Amino acid sequence: MTTISKIRYSRRALLKTGGAALAASALPAPMVWGQESKNITLRQFGTGVSNLNEVATKVKEDLGITLEMTALDTDSVTQRAATQPDSFDIADIEYFVAKKVWPTGNLQAMDATKIANYDKIVGIFRNGKLTPESTIAQGTAPHTVGFVEGPDGTSFVDNESGWMTLIPTIYNADTLGIRPDLIGRPITSWTELLNPEFKGKASILDISSIGIMDMAMVCEAMGEITYGDKGNMTKEEIDKTIAIFTEAKKAGQFRAFWKTFDESVNLMASGEVVIQSMWSPAITAVRSRGIPCVYQPLKEGYRSWGGGIGLSASLSGMELDAAYEYINWYLSGWVGGFLMRQGYYSAVPETSKEYMSENEWGYWFEGKESTGDITSPFGDKLAGAGEVRDGGSFYDRMGAVACWNSVMEENQYMVRKWNEFIAA
Amino acid sequence: MTKQVTAWIQAAPMALVLLAFLVAPIIMIVIVSFWGATEYSIYPAFQFDNYEFLFGSPVTYTVFANTFKYALITWAFTFVIGFTVAYFLAFEVRSLKWQIALFLLCTIPFWTSNIIRMISWIPFLGRNGLANSTLISWGVIDEPLEWLLFSDFSVILAFVHLYTLFMVVPIFNSMMRIDRSLIEAARDAGASGWQTLRHVIIPLCKPGIMIGSIFVSTLVMGDFITVRFMSGSQRANVGRLISNDISLLQYPSASATAVVLLITVLIVIALLLRLVDIRKEL
Repeated sequence: MTTISKIRYSRRALLKTGGAALAASALPAPMVWGQESKNITLRQFGTGVSNLNEVATKVKEDLGITLEMTALDTDSVTQRAATQPDSFDIADIEYFVAKKVWPTGNLQAMDATKIANYDKIVGIFRNGKLTPESTIAQGTAPHTVGFVEGPDGTSFVDNESGWMTLIPTIYNADTLGIRPDLIGRPITSWTELLNPEFKGKASILDISSIGIMDMAMVCEAMGEITYGDKGNMTKEEIDKTIAIFTEAKKAGQFRAFWKTFDESVNLMASGEVVIQSMWSPAITAVRSRGIPCVYQPLKEGYRSWGGGIGLSASLSGMELDAAYEYINWYLSGWVGGFLMRQGYYSAVPETSKEYMSENEWGYWFEGKESTGDITSPFGDKLAGAGEVRDGGSFYDRMGAVACWNSVMEENQYMVRKWNEFIAA
Repeated sequence: MTKQVTAWIQAAPMALVLLAFLVAPIIMIVIVSFWGATEYSIYPAFQFDNYEFLFGSPVTYTVFANTFKYALITWAFTFVIGFTVAYFLAFEVRSLKWQIALFLLCTIPFWTSNIIRMISWIPFLGRNGLANSTLISWGVIDEPLEWLLFSDFSVILAFVHLYTLFMVVPIFNSMMRIDRSLIEAARDAGASGWQTLRHVIIPLCKPGIMIGSIFVSTLVMGDFITVRFMSGSQRANVGRLISNDISLLQYPSASATAVVLLITVLIVIALLLRLVDIRKEL
């Protein structure tokens, strides 16, 4: 997943951070952990999802580390990680991006023994299994690119080698967003995206690596194509998939394509579109305007994504220690709680529990009916008492993942075909 | 120092600036267009893959055709509107004070950014936007007009809105230089208003019209963001092909497209310049 800007949040976040910075300079915050890391600055970049000013403020407060954040869109994140290794210390990237970026040698493997909560990290990121019974979904499942053979490892290994490429931070299961008030009937399948009933009122995202997966979910649900692996299509599969969508596009199925978070919010909120690929916080943003919007669970399952933080190859000495300290802090709960209250999941849910109220934990994680108002960390009301999260509990949602965001071997071919689809 | 050396020295700073910031980057783009790319890096090579793919794909031709279509239609509208506005300012408005005031009025929209002016059309033209709801309440239409937004119509509307001033300014400038006694002479010789326009004003405005046309056609042909926003990413022009390639790290392929676009635009400008010798006219 990817988000460029959360316009609605960022302004407030800016105010808050500004205020906090003022407070911090007036009343020096107690240094809880390492005093020596006090003067260290780490430069982090990533997608807008987790590059939040609140995190920088809090880490300054707790560890004294100054975190300089840059938020970019998915494509630019990949670009920077691959081409500007000296411009960052910490890369906050998606797992499928790691697959692309790791071979450049711009990141260094992390020693799992230095990660305090390593044992508590959700199975998805370690052996690929959410519960011992789960099957592993198609695509670039995080555990397949999560480990390398050693400190200087260049190729991924399929076991918990103790050397991690990324420390998982945030993930979610994506599906279609719908306007129930404008559709007026239950939606249960991905096929509805191409249903002529929604001609001129559908949308899909114009980010090839993610869009192709949504397309594949639709084509497979329609029974048009059976994929060997949706996350690693053959040229023929790509051709067929794009052909089906090109035909739909020419028939006027789509109102627009979107590339940034706020575009998707506006399309939905204005009623231009009633069904589209969407990301969880975008649903929240539409809802907080008082417009009904559902993150519709579908019978074929979710398309999932996961992000993590990686260390720049050039980090060493005190900065490297500080980075480990930061990672341990990241997994210790506060950030997890902060992210989970926006509808994402934390890599170590149990530590986040302490930073959430019982009602919040029940609503976001356990899929229980809320007992009171659910508000976002920014104070917007997201749900009232008696409401249940779309899709239910953590295990219901993450257990129904059909495929992971991925990079295919035929990526370049796919990208060219995607370009043709957009231009068609 | 001889006169010639002085002249060279005087020209040098500008030449160096152009060399460093115009010529060198273009040479670089041409070189990279022959390189190869992997998913995450580009490597030096001398291969024609990028051009082969570009010319081999039917989409390229559609997209180039589309780019010309946008340029041509936008040019026609901006020319008619721009000429009319300039004519009004130059010949109908008598006092210089009012001319300047009205001219400045034309530039007010430029106080905000291009993108904002463009995006502000979106809520206006949308399915439940101001235009549709007004038309429905007037009883002109029963169903919202879908083609108002995210269509060729909205793309061209935005282009015309954004770029008409680039036509107004040079034409207005040319018109202001026309010696009024020529028009008087035309009238004395018995020319009607239309004949004066056709045989006196338009020929004398040619340099302004050409400069405006060059502005508009290069701006439209090089644009990608207007097309992306106003068509809801549904339409494409060459600029969008390039921007898509760049965002996917396919720099060599983007360079190849850019080179072809550059050549195309240069040909268009060369054709325009054949029609009028701007240097002579200025």
